[in-house]
Amino acid sequence: MFDWKWDFAFEILPRLGWATLNTLMAAGGGYAIAIVLGLVLALAQRTPLRLLTFVVREFVEFIRSTPLVLQIFFVFYVAPQFGIRLSPWTSGMIAIGLHYAAYLSEVYRGGIESVPKGQWEACRSLSMSTRDTYVRVIIPQALPPALAGMGNYLVGIFKDTPMLSVIGVAELMHAANAIGSEHYRFLEPYTLVGLIFLAISLPSAALIRVFETWVRKKLGLS
Amino acid sequence: MEDLSQFPLELDGADRPMVSFRKVTKRYGSLTVLDNLDLDVAEGEMVSIIGPSGSGKTTVLRMLMLERIQGGVIYVDGQPLTHEVRDGALVPASERYLRRAREPIGMCFQHFNLFPHMTALQNCMEGPVQVLGLSRQEARARSEELLDMVGLIDKKDQHPSRLSGGQQQRVAIARALAMRPKVMLLDEVTSALDPEVIGEVTEVIRKLVREHRLTIMMVTHQMGFAADISDRVCFFYGGRIEEQGPPSELFGNPQKDRTRQFLSAVKSAD
Ligand SMILES: Nc1ncnc2c1ncn2[C@@H]1O[C@H](COP(=O)(O)OP(=O)(O)OP(=O)(O)O)[C@@H](O)[C@H]1O
Ligand SMILES: [Mg+2]
Repeated sequence: MFDWKWDFAFEILPRLGWATLNTLMAAGGGYAIAIVLGLVLALAQRTPLRLLTFVVREFVEFIRSTPLVLQIFFVFYVAPQFGIRLSPWTSGMIAIGLHYAAYLSEVYRGGIESVPKGQWEACRSLSMSTRDTYVRVIIPQALPPALAGMGNYLVGIFKDTPMLSVIGVAELMHAANAIGSEHYRFLEPYTLVGLIFLAISLPSAALIRVFETWVRKKLGLS
Repeated sequence: MEDLSQFPLELDGADRPMVSFRKVTKRYGSLTVLDNLDLDVAEGEMVSIIGPSGSGKTTVLRMLMLERIQGGVIYVDGQPLTHEVRDGALVPASERYLRRAREPIGMCFQHFNLFPHMTALQNCMEGPVQVLGLSRQEARARSEELLDMVGLIDKKDQHPSRLSGGQQQRVAIARALAMRPKVMLLDEVTSALDPEVIGEVTEVIRKLVREHRLTIMMVTHQMGFAADISDRVCFFYGGRIEEQGPPSELFGNPQKDRTRQFLSAVKSAD
Protein backbone atom coordinates (compact mmCIF):
# COMPACT_ATOMS: atom_id res chain seq x y z
CA MET A 1 0.00 0.00 0.00
CA PHE A 2 0.93 3.61 -0.41
CA ASP A 3 2.61 5.18 2.50
CA TRP A 4 0.31 8.22 2.51
CA LYS A 5 0.67 10.55 5.50
CA TRP A 6 -2.37 12.74 6.11
CA ASP A 7 -0.69 14.95 8.70
CA PHE A 8 2.15 15.71 6.29
CA ALA A 9 -0.34 16.46 3.53
CA PHE A 10 -2.20 18.92 5.76
CA GLU A 11 1.06 20.48 6.90
CA ILE A 12 2.20 21.33 3.38
CA LEU A 13 -1.22 22.40 2.13
CA PRO A 14 -0.90 26.10 3.06
CA ARG A 15 2.43 26.35 1.27
CA LEU A 16 0.96 24.75 -1.84
CA GLY A 17 -1.99 27.11 -1.50
CA TRP A 18 0.32 30.11 -1.79
CA ALA A 19 2.08 28.54 -4.73
CA THR A 20 -1.30 28.00 -6.36
CA LEU A 21 -1.84 31.75 -6.23
CA ASN A 22 1.47 32.21 -8.02
CA THR A 23 0.48 29.66 -10.62
CA LEU A 24 -2.81 31.44 -11.21
CA MET A 25 -1.02 34.76 -11.45
CA ALA A 26 1.46 33.37 -13.96
CA ALA A 27 -1.30 31.81 -16.04
CA GLY A 28 -3.45 34.95 -15.83
CA GLY A 29 -0.58 37.30 -16.64
CA GLY A 30 0.64 35.15 -19.50
CA TYR A 31 -2.87 34.83 -20.85
CA ALA A 32 -3.49 38.57 -20.69
CA ILE A 33 -0.34 39.14 -22.74
CA ALA A 34 -1.32 36.37 -25.16
CA ILE A 35 -4.85 37.71 -25.69
CA VAL A 36 -3.70 41.19 -26.65
CA LEU A 37 -0.54 40.22 -28.52
CA GLY A 38 -2.38 37.42 -30.31
CA LEU A 39 -4.87 39.92 -31.70
CA VAL A 40 -2.03 42.15 -32.85
CA LEU A 41 -0.37 39.17 -34.58
CA ALA A 42 -3.67 38.16 -36.22
CA LEU A 43 -4.46 41.65 -37.48
CA ALA A 44 -0.90 42.22 -38.67
CA GLN A 45 -1.36 39.26 -40.98
CA ARG A 46 -4.36 40.95 -42.57
CA THR A 47 -2.70 44.24 -43.51
CA PRO A 48 -1.94 44.90 -47.16
CA LEU A 49 1.75 45.26 -46.24
CA ARG A 50 3.20 42.11 -47.76
CA LEU A 51 6.50 42.19 -45.90
CA LEU A 52 4.88 42.66 -42.49
CA THR A 53 2.41 39.87 -43.20
CA PHE A 54 5.26 37.57 -44.23
CA VAL A 55 7.45 38.31 -41.21
CA VAL A 56 4.58 37.89 -38.74
CA ARG A 57 3.44 34.67 -40.42
CA GLU A 58 6.95 33.18 -40.19
CA PHE A 59 7.31 34.34 -36.58
CA VAL A 60 4.07 32.61 -35.63
CA GLU A 61 5.17 29.44 -37.42
CA PHE A 62 8.53 29.55 -35.64
CA ILE A 63 6.97 29.92 -32.20
CA ARG A 64 4.51 27.13 -32.91
CA SER A 65 7.14 24.69 -34.07
CA THR A 66 9.60 25.06 -31.16
CA PRO A 67 9.08 23.82 -27.59
CA LEU A 68 7.85 26.22 -24.94
CA VAL A 69 10.57 25.18 -22.52
CA LEU A 70 13.21 26.22 -25.05
CA GLN A 71 11.54 29.62 -25.44
CA ILE A 72 11.50 30.04 -21.66
CA PHE A 73 15.22 29.25 -21.41
CA PHE A 74 15.91 31.47 -24.37
CA VAL A 75 14.25 34.54 -22.90
CA PHE A 76 15.79 33.96 -19.47
CA TYR A 77 19.37 32.99 -20.32
CA VAL A 78 19.96 34.50 -23.76
CA ALA A 79 18.29 37.90 -23.38
CA PRO A 80 20.87 39.01 -20.73
CA GLN A 81 23.61 38.56 -23.35
CA PHE A 82 21.93 41.40 -25.23
CA GLY A 83 22.01 43.48 -22.06
CA ILE A 84 18.39 42.78 -21.12
CA ARG A 85 18.29 41.41 -17.59
CA LEU A 86 14.89 40.04 -16.66
CA SER A 87 13.63 38.46 -13.46
CA PRO A 88 12.38 34.86 -13.69
CA TRP A 89 8.84 36.14 -13.38
CA THR A 90 9.17 38.68 -16.17
CA SER A 91 10.96 36.25 -18.50
CA GLY A 92 8.39 33.58 -17.73
CA MET A 93 5.47 35.90 -18.48
CA ILE A 94 7.05 37.05 -21.72
CA ALA A 95 7.91 33.56 -22.92
CA ILE A 96 4.58 31.98 -22.09
CA GLY A 97 2.63 35.05 -23.27
CA LEU A 98 4.47 35.05 -26.59
CA HIS A 99 4.04 31.33 -27.04
CA TYR A 100 0.31 31.41 -26.50
CA ALA A 101 -0.06 34.64 -28.49
CA ALA A 102 1.11 32.67 -31.52
CA TYR A 103 -1.54 30.01 -30.91
CA LEU A 104 -4.27 32.54 -30.13
CA SER A 105 -3.48 34.50 -33.28
CA GLU A 106 -4.42 31.38 -35.24
CA VAL A 107 -7.65 31.08 -33.26
CA TYR A 108 -8.50 34.72 -33.98
CA ARG A 109 -7.59 34.27 -37.63
CA GLY A 110 -9.98 31.33 -37.87
CA GLY A 111 -12.68 33.37 -36.17
CA ILE A 112 -12.21 36.34 -38.47
CA GLU A 113 -12.19 34.12 -41.54
CA SER A 114 -15.44 32.51 -40.43
CA VAL A 115 -17.23 35.86 -40.81
CA PRO A 116 -18.94 35.83 -44.22
CA LYS A 117 -17.50 38.07 -46.95
CA GLY A 118 -20.87 39.76 -47.24
CA GLN A 119 -20.33 41.38 -43.85
CA TRP A 120 -17.24 43.19 -45.13
CA GLU A 121 -19.16 44.27 -48.20
CA ALA A 122 -22.02 45.58 -46.09
CA CYS A 123 -19.54 47.65 -44.04
CA ARG A 124 -17.99 48.93 -47.22
CA SER A 125 -21.42 49.83 -48.60
CA LEU A 126 -22.00 51.95 -45.50
CA SER A 127 -18.57 53.60 -45.93
CA MET A 128 -17.47 52.37 -42.51
CA SER A 129 -13.82 52.85 -41.60
CA THR A 130 -11.56 49.82 -41.24
CA ARG A 131 -11.48 50.36 -37.50
CA ASP A 132 -15.28 50.51 -37.18
CA THR A 133 -15.60 47.52 -39.46
CA TYR A 134 -13.45 45.42 -37.12
CA VAL A 135 -14.71 46.79 -33.83
CA ARG A 136 -18.42 47.03 -34.62
CA VAL A 137 -18.99 44.17 -37.03
CA ILE A 138 -16.19 41.67 -37.59
CA ILE A 139 -14.80 41.06 -34.10
CA PRO A 140 -18.21 40.65 -32.42
CA GLN A 141 -18.97 37.90 -34.94
CA ALA A 142 -15.48 36.40 -34.89
CA LEU A 143 -15.52 36.12 -31.10
CA PRO A 144 -18.09 33.35 -30.49
CA PRO A 145 -16.45 30.82 -32.82
CA ALA A 146 -13.05 31.74 -31.32
CA LEU A 147 -14.17 31.35 -27.71
CA ALA A 148 -13.87 27.55 -27.61
CA GLY A 149 -10.27 27.73 -28.84
CA MET A 150 -9.49 30.60 -26.50
CA GLY A 151 -10.87 28.58 -23.60
CA ASN A 152 -8.77 25.54 -24.49
CA TYR A 153 -5.64 27.64 -24.50
CA LEU A 154 -6.55 29.22 -21.17
CA VAL A 155 -6.58 25.75 -19.64
CA GLY A 156 -3.46 24.95 -21.69
CA ILE A 157 -1.49 27.92 -20.39
CA PHE A 158 -2.50 26.99 -16.85
CA LYS A 159 -1.21 23.47 -17.31
CA ASP A 160 2.02 24.74 -18.87
CA THR A 161 2.94 27.02 -15.97
CA PRO A 162 4.97 24.22 -14.26
CA MET A 163 7.52 24.71 -17.00
CA LEU A 164 8.32 28.06 -15.44
CA SER A 165 9.81 26.12 -12.50
CA VAL A 166 12.87 25.46 -14.67
CA ILE A 167 13.89 29.09 -14.30
CA GLY A 168 12.86 29.27 -10.65
CA VAL A 169 9.41 30.83 -10.72
CA ALA A 170 7.85 29.82 -7.41
CA GLU A 171 4.68 28.27 -8.80
CA LEU A 172 3.08 24.97 -7.76
CA MET A 173 5.56 22.56 -9.30
CA HIS A 174 8.47 24.52 -7.95
CA ALA A 175 6.95 24.45 -4.47
CA ALA A 176 6.25 20.71 -4.67
CA ASN A 177 9.82 19.99 -5.70
CA ALA A 178 11.16 22.14 -2.88
CA ILE A 179 8.93 20.43 -0.29
CA GLY A 180 9.92 17.04 -1.67
CA SER A 181 13.61 17.62 -1.38
CA GLU A 182 13.33 19.21 2.05
CA HIS A 183 11.34 16.28 3.51
CA TYR A 184 12.41 13.43 1.23
CA ARG A 185 8.72 12.82 0.53
CA PHE A 186 7.29 13.33 -2.95
CA LEU A 187 4.04 11.35 -2.91
CA GLU A 188 1.97 13.89 -0.99
CA PRO A 189 3.17 17.11 -2.68
CA TYR A 190 2.90 15.72 -6.23
CA THR A 191 -0.49 14.13 -5.57
CA LEU A 192 -1.80 17.36 -4.11
CA VAL A 193 -0.46 19.36 -7.07
CA GLY A 194 -2.25 16.98 -9.41
CA LEU A 195 -5.49 17.36 -7.48
CA ILE A 196 -5.18 21.13 -7.41
CA PHE A 197 -4.70 21.25 -11.20
CA LEU A 198 -7.67 18.95 -11.68
CA ALA A 199 -9.83 21.01 -9.32
CA ILE A 200 -9.14 24.15 -11.33
CA SER A 201 -9.04 22.80 -14.91
CA LEU A 202 -12.27 20.84 -14.88
CA PRO A 203 -14.64 23.57 -13.65
CA SER A 204 -12.87 26.11 -15.89
CA ALA A 205 -13.61 24.10 -19.00
CA ALA A 206 -17.27 23.90 -17.98
CA LEU A 207 -17.39 27.61 -17.13
CA ILE A 208 -15.92 28.50 -20.51
CA ARG A 209 -18.73 26.62 -22.26
CA VAL A 210 -21.32 28.47 -20.20
CA PHE A 211 -19.60 31.76 -21.02
CA GLU A 212 -19.59 30.92 -24.72
CA THR A 213 -23.33 30.32 -24.72
CA TRP A 214 -23.87 33.51 -22.77
CA VAL A 215 -21.84 35.59 -25.26
CA ARG A 216 -23.74 34.16 -28.21
CA LYS A 217 -27.02 35.02 -26.56
CA LYS A 218 -25.80 38.47 -25.60
CA LEU A 219 -24.86 39.15 -29.22
CA GLY A 220 -28.19 37.82 -30.43
CA LEU A 221 -26.43 35.16 -32.49
CA SER A 222 -28.32 32.12 -31.30
CA MET B 1 0.28 54.29 -67.34
CA GLU B 2 -2.97 55.29 -68.95
CA ASP B 3 -3.46 58.85 -70.09
CA LEU B 4 -5.98 60.40 -67.74
CA SER B 5 -5.89 63.86 -69.33
CA GLN B 6 -8.61 62.78 -71.76
CA PHE B 7 -11.06 62.69 -68.83
CA PRO B 8 -12.58 65.88 -67.38
CA LEU B 9 -11.77 66.77 -63.74
CA GLU B 10 -15.48 66.96 -63.03
CA LEU B 11 -18.75 66.91 -64.88
CA ASP B 12 -20.87 70.04 -64.77
CA GLY B 13 -23.98 71.41 -66.39
CA ALA B 14 -27.57 70.88 -65.41
CA ASP B 15 -27.89 67.71 -67.49
CA ARG B 16 -24.84 65.98 -66.07
CA PRO B 17 -25.47 62.32 -65.28
CA MET B 18 -25.70 61.13 -61.70
CA VAL B 19 -23.43 58.20 -62.49
CA SER B 20 -21.01 58.10 -65.37
CA PHE B 21 -18.69 55.27 -66.40
CA ARG B 22 -16.08 56.49 -68.89
CA LYS B 23 -14.09 53.80 -70.69
CA VAL B 24 -14.04 51.67 -67.56
CA THR B 25 -11.98 48.49 -67.62
CA LYS B 26 -11.86 45.96 -64.81
CA ARG B 27 -9.61 42.94 -64.81
CA TYR B 28 -9.12 40.10 -62.39
CA GLY B 29 -5.63 38.88 -63.26
CA SER B 30 -5.76 38.18 -66.97
CA LEU B 31 -9.56 38.03 -67.10
CA THR B 32 -11.13 41.22 -68.41
CA VAL B 33 -14.55 41.49 -66.80
CA LEU B 34 -15.50 45.01 -67.90
CA ASP B 35 -14.21 46.12 -71.23
CA ASN B 36 -14.04 49.86 -71.95
CA LEU B 37 -17.49 50.37 -70.54
CA ASP B 38 -19.35 53.64 -71.12
CA LEU B 39 -22.56 54.05 -69.16
CA ASP B 40 -24.43 57.13 -67.98
CA VAL B 41 -27.32 57.10 -65.54
CA ALA B 42 -29.38 60.26 -65.17
CA GLU B 43 -30.59 61.64 -61.87
CA GLY B 44 -33.79 59.90 -60.85
CA GLU B 45 -33.40 57.28 -63.55
CA MET B 46 -34.14 53.60 -62.93
CA VAL B 47 -31.78 51.44 -64.95
CA SER B 48 -32.06 47.66 -64.96
CA ILE B 49 -29.11 45.51 -65.85
CA ILE B 50 -29.79 42.08 -67.29
CA GLY B 51 -27.61 39.48 -68.96
CA PRO B 52 -26.23 35.96 -68.70
CA SER B 53 -24.31 34.74 -65.66
CA GLY B 54 -20.74 36.00 -65.66
CA SER B 55 -21.45 38.88 -68.05
CA GLY B 56 -20.26 41.45 -65.52
CA LYS B 57 -23.54 42.72 -64.06
CA THR B 58 -22.48 42.48 -60.43
CA THR B 59 -19.07 43.83 -61.32
CA VAL B 60 -20.62 47.06 -62.67
CA LEU B 61 -22.24 47.69 -59.30
CA ARG B 62 -19.18 46.63 -57.33
CA MET B 63 -17.07 49.19 -59.15
CA LEU B 64 -19.22 51.89 -57.58
CA MET B 65 -18.82 50.40 -54.19
CA LEU B 66 -16.06 48.04 -53.36
CA GLU B 67 -13.23 47.87 -55.82
CA ARG B 68 -10.62 49.55 -57.93
CA ILE B 69 -10.64 49.72 -61.71
CA GLN B 70 -7.77 49.24 -64.13
CA GLY B 71 -8.82 51.80 -66.73
CA GLY B 72 -11.13 54.76 -67.18
CA VAL B 73 -12.86 56.99 -64.67
CA ILE B 74 -16.18 56.78 -62.83
CA TYR B 75 -18.01 59.96 -61.82
CA VAL B 76 -20.78 60.22 -59.27
CA ASP B 77 -22.83 63.39 -59.05
CA GLY B 78 -20.27 65.15 -61.20
CA GLN B 79 -17.27 64.31 -59.02
CA PRO B 80 -14.70 61.64 -59.85
CA LEU B 81 -15.17 58.57 -57.65
CA THR B 82 -12.27 56.36 -58.63
CA HIS B 83 -9.86 59.26 -58.89
CA GLU B 84 -9.21 62.49 -57.10
CA VAL B 85 -7.92 65.79 -58.38
CA ARG B 86 -4.43 66.66 -57.23
CA ASP B 87 -2.43 69.55 -58.71
CA GLY B 88 -5.02 69.98 -61.43
CA ALA B 89 -4.83 66.39 -62.63
CA LEU B 90 -6.68 63.15 -61.95
CA VAL B 91 -4.79 60.61 -59.87
CA PRO B 92 -6.05 57.26 -58.49
CA ALA B 93 -8.08 57.92 -55.37
CA SER B 94 -6.69 57.26 -51.91
CA GLU B 95 -8.59 54.90 -49.64
CA ARG B 96 -9.72 57.90 -47.59
CA TYR B 97 -11.06 59.79 -50.59
CA LEU B 98 -12.82 56.67 -51.87
CA ARG B 99 -14.65 56.21 -48.61
CA ARG B 100 -15.92 59.79 -48.63
CA ALA B 101 -16.79 59.76 -52.31
CA ARG B 102 -18.78 56.55 -51.87
CA GLU B 103 -20.95 57.92 -49.10
CA PRO B 104 -23.76 58.96 -51.51
CA ILE B 105 -24.02 55.39 -52.83
CA GLY B 106 -26.10 52.73 -51.10
CA MET B 107 -26.19 49.05 -51.94
CA CYS B 108 -28.36 46.02 -51.26
CA PHE B 109 -27.21 42.50 -51.83
CA GLN B 110 -28.67 39.17 -52.86
CA HIS B 111 -28.02 37.70 -49.41
CA PHE B 112 -29.05 40.83 -47.45
CA ASN B 113 -25.80 40.95 -45.43
CA LEU B 114 -27.49 42.36 -42.36
CA PHE B 115 -25.37 42.47 -39.21
CA PRO B 116 -26.60 39.40 -37.31
CA HIS B 117 -25.57 40.68 -33.88
CA MET B 118 -27.68 43.83 -34.20
CA THR B 119 -31.44 44.35 -34.19
CA ALA B 120 -33.20 45.71 -37.26
CA LEU B 121 -33.11 49.17 -35.74
CA GLN B 122 -29.44 48.93 -34.77
CA ASN B 123 -28.62 47.78 -38.30
CA CYS B 124 -30.23 50.93 -39.66
CA MET B 125 -28.62 53.24 -37.09
CA GLU B 126 -25.09 51.90 -37.50
CA GLY B 127 -24.10 53.91 -40.58
CA PRO B 128 -25.76 57.19 -39.59
CA VAL B 129 -24.15 57.10 -36.12
CA GLN B 130 -20.68 55.73 -36.94
CA VAL B 131 -20.15 57.21 -40.39
CA LEU B 132 -22.32 60.31 -40.67
CA GLY B 133 -21.87 61.25 -37.02
CA LEU B 134 -25.56 61.72 -36.29
CA SER B 135 -26.70 61.74 -32.67
CA ARG B 136 -28.39 58.56 -31.52
CA GLN B 137 -31.77 60.33 -31.31
CA GLU B 138 -31.54 61.65 -34.86
CA ALA B 139 -30.36 58.29 -36.18
CA ARG B 140 -33.13 56.50 -34.32
CA ALA B 141 -35.82 58.84 -35.64
CA ARG B 142 -34.56 58.49 -39.19
CA SER B 143 -34.27 54.69 -38.92
CA GLU B 144 -37.70 54.24 -37.39
CA GLU B 145 -39.24 56.33 -40.15
CA LEU B 146 -37.58 54.12 -42.76
CA LEU B 147 -38.50 50.87 -41.02
CA ASP B 148 -42.04 52.18 -41.00
CA MET B 149 -41.80 52.95 -44.70
CA VAL B 150 -40.77 49.33 -45.47
CA GLY B 151 -43.54 48.10 -43.17
CA LEU B 152 -41.37 46.66 -40.40
CA ILE B 153 -41.62 49.11 -37.55
CA ASP B 154 -43.10 46.39 -35.33
CA LYS B 155 -40.00 44.23 -35.96
CA LYS B 156 -37.45 46.91 -35.12
CA ASP B 157 -36.12 45.15 -32.03
CA GLN B 158 -35.74 41.75 -33.69
CA HIS B 159 -32.42 40.30 -34.75
CA PRO B 160 -32.13 39.23 -38.41
CA SER B 161 -32.23 35.55 -37.46
CA ARG B 162 -35.82 36.10 -36.32
CA LEU B 163 -36.91 37.67 -39.63
CA SER B 164 -37.97 36.06 -42.89
CA GLY B 165 -35.89 36.59 -46.04
CA GLY B 166 -38.30 39.19 -47.37
CA GLN B 167 -38.26 41.04 -44.07
CA GLN B 168 -34.46 40.93 -43.91
CA GLN B 169 -34.19 42.38 -47.38
CA ARG B 170 -36.58 45.19 -46.49
CA VAL B 171 -34.48 45.98 -43.42
CA ALA B 172 -31.42 45.99 -45.67
CA ILE B 173 -33.12 48.51 -47.95
CA ALA B 174 -33.99 50.68 -44.95
CA ARG B 175 -30.39 50.40 -43.72
CA ALA B 176 -29.07 51.61 -47.07
CA LEU B 177 -31.62 54.44 -47.22
CA ALA B 178 -30.69 55.62 -43.74
CA MET B 179 -27.45 56.93 -45.25
CA ARG B 180 -29.59 59.19 -47.50
CA PRO B 181 -27.96 57.90 -50.68
CA LYS B 182 -28.27 59.66 -54.02
CA VAL B 183 -27.77 56.38 -55.84
CA MET B 184 -29.03 52.93 -54.89
CA LEU B 185 -27.47 49.75 -56.20
CA LEU B 186 -29.59 46.62 -56.06
CA ASP B 187 -27.89 43.33 -56.91
CA GLU B 188 -30.44 40.56 -57.43
CA VAL B 189 -32.23 41.55 -54.25
CA THR B 190 -35.04 39.08 -54.84
CA SER B 191 -33.01 36.10 -56.08
CA ALA B 192 -32.57 34.49 -52.67
CA LEU B 193 -36.21 34.91 -51.69
CA ASP B 194 -39.08 32.46 -51.65
CA PRO B 195 -41.51 33.29 -54.48
CA GLU B 196 -44.29 34.29 -52.13
CA VAL B 197 -42.30 37.09 -50.46
CA ILE B 198 -40.73 38.58 -53.60
CA GLY B 199 -43.74 40.87 -53.93
CA GLU B 200 -43.16 42.61 -50.61
CA VAL B 201 -39.63 43.60 -51.68
CA THR B 202 -40.56 44.69 -55.20
CA GLU B 203 -43.34 46.79 -53.67
CA VAL B 204 -40.75 48.69 -51.63
CA ILE B 205 -38.58 49.20 -54.71
CA ARG B 206 -41.58 50.57 -56.58
CA LYS B 207 -42.05 53.06 -53.77
CA LEU B 208 -38.45 54.20 -54.06
CA VAL B 209 -38.92 54.81 -57.76
CA ARG B 210 -42.34 56.45 -57.65
CA GLU B 211 -42.22 58.48 -54.46
CA HIS B 212 -38.55 59.10 -53.84
CA ARG B 213 -37.25 59.47 -57.39
CA LEU B 214 -34.02 57.82 -56.30
CA THR B 215 -31.41 57.04 -58.94
CA ILE B 216 -31.33 53.25 -59.07
CA MET B 217 -29.18 50.68 -60.82
CA MET B 218 -30.74 47.26 -60.46
CA VAL B 219 -29.32 43.91 -61.52
CA THR B 220 -32.18 41.47 -61.87
CA HIS B 221 -33.34 38.19 -63.37
CA GLN B 222 -36.99 39.19 -63.05
CA MET B 223 -37.69 40.37 -66.56
CA GLY B 224 -41.31 41.20 -65.87
CA PHE B 225 -40.44 43.45 -62.97
CA ALA B 226 -37.63 45.11 -64.93
CA ALA B 227 -39.99 45.75 -67.86
CA ASP B 228 -42.58 47.18 -65.53
CA ILE B 229 -40.46 49.55 -63.53
CA SER B 230 -37.37 50.59 -65.50
CA ASP B 231 -36.76 53.72 -67.53
CA ARG B 232 -34.06 51.84 -69.37
CA VAL B 233 -32.79 48.27 -69.58
CA CYS B 234 -29.16 47.40 -70.35
CA PHE B 235 -28.38 43.95 -71.68
CA PHE B 236 -24.84 42.94 -70.72
CA TYR B 237 -22.81 40.42 -72.63
CA GLY B 238 -19.12 39.69 -72.07
CA GLY B 239 -18.43 42.80 -70.01
CA ARG B 240 -20.03 45.21 -72.49
CA ILE B 241 -23.47 46.62 -73.07
CA GLU B 242 -24.68 44.61 -76.03
CA GLU B 243 -27.94 46.48 -76.32
CA GLN B 244 -29.92 49.02 -74.29
CA GLY B 245 -33.12 50.95 -74.49
CA PRO B 246 -36.53 51.56 -72.96
CA PRO B 247 -38.06 48.27 -71.76
CA SER B 248 -40.79 48.35 -74.39
CA GLU B 249 -38.15 48.32 -77.12
CA LEU B 250 -35.58 46.01 -75.56
CA PHE B 251 -38.14 43.42 -74.56
CA GLY B 252 -40.64 44.12 -77.36
CA ASN B 253 -38.32 44.49 -80.29
CA PRO B 254 -34.73 43.48 -79.51
CA GLN B 255 -32.28 44.30 -82.29
CA LYS B 256 -29.35 42.01 -81.56
CA ASP B 257 -29.26 38.23 -81.92
CA ARG B 258 -27.66 37.76 -78.52
CA THR B 259 -30.39 39.76 -76.85
CA ARG B 260 -33.08 37.72 -78.58
CA GLN B 261 -31.34 34.45 -77.64
CA PHE B 262 -31.01 35.52 -74.03
CA LEU B 263 -34.59 36.69 -73.72
CA SER B 264 -36.02 33.54 -75.27
CA ALA B 265 -33.80 31.36 -73.07
CA VAL B 266 -35.03 33.22 -70.00
CA LYS B 267 -38.64 32.98 -71.16
CA SER B 268 -38.45 29.22 -71.73
CA ALA B 269 -36.83 28.78 -68.30
CA ASP B 270 -39.75 30.50 -66.59
N1 LIG C 1 -13.11 38.62 -57.20
C1 LIG C 1 -13.03 38.03 -58.41
N2 LIG C 1 -11.90 37.42 -58.81
C2 LIG C 1 -11.82 36.83 -60.02
N3 LIG C 1 -12.81 36.80 -60.91
C3 LIG C 1 -13.96 37.40 -60.59
C4 LIG C 1 -14.14 38.04 -59.32
N4 LIG C 1 -15.40 38.54 -59.27
C5 LIG C 1 -15.96 38.23 -60.45
N5 LIG C 1 -15.12 37.54 -61.25
C6 LIG C 1 -15.40 37.06 -62.61
O1 LIG C 1 -15.89 38.15 -63.34
C7 LIG C 1 -16.90 37.71 -64.26
C8 LIG C 1 -18.14 38.57 -64.08
O2 LIG C 1 -18.66 38.34 -62.79
P1 LIG C 1 -19.99 39.01 -62.29
O3 LIG C 1 -20.15 38.60 -60.87
O4 LIG C 1 -19.97 40.47 -62.57
O5 LIG C 1 -21.08 38.30 -63.17
P2 LIG C 1 -22.65 38.47 -63.13
O6 LIG C 1 -23.05 39.01 -64.45
O7 LIG C 1 -23.07 39.23 -61.93
O8 LIG C 1 -23.14 36.96 -63.02
P3 LIG C 1 -24.33 36.30 -62.15
O9 LIG C 1 -25.59 36.48 -62.93
O10 LIG C 1 -23.94 34.87 -62.06
O11 LIG C 1 -24.36 36.99 -60.82
C9 LIG C 1 -17.11 36.24 -63.99
O12 LIG C 1 -16.43 35.52 -64.99
C10 LIG C 1 -16.51 36.03 -62.64
O13 LIG C 1 -15.99 34.73 -62.55
MG1 LIG D 1 -24.07 38.75 -60.10
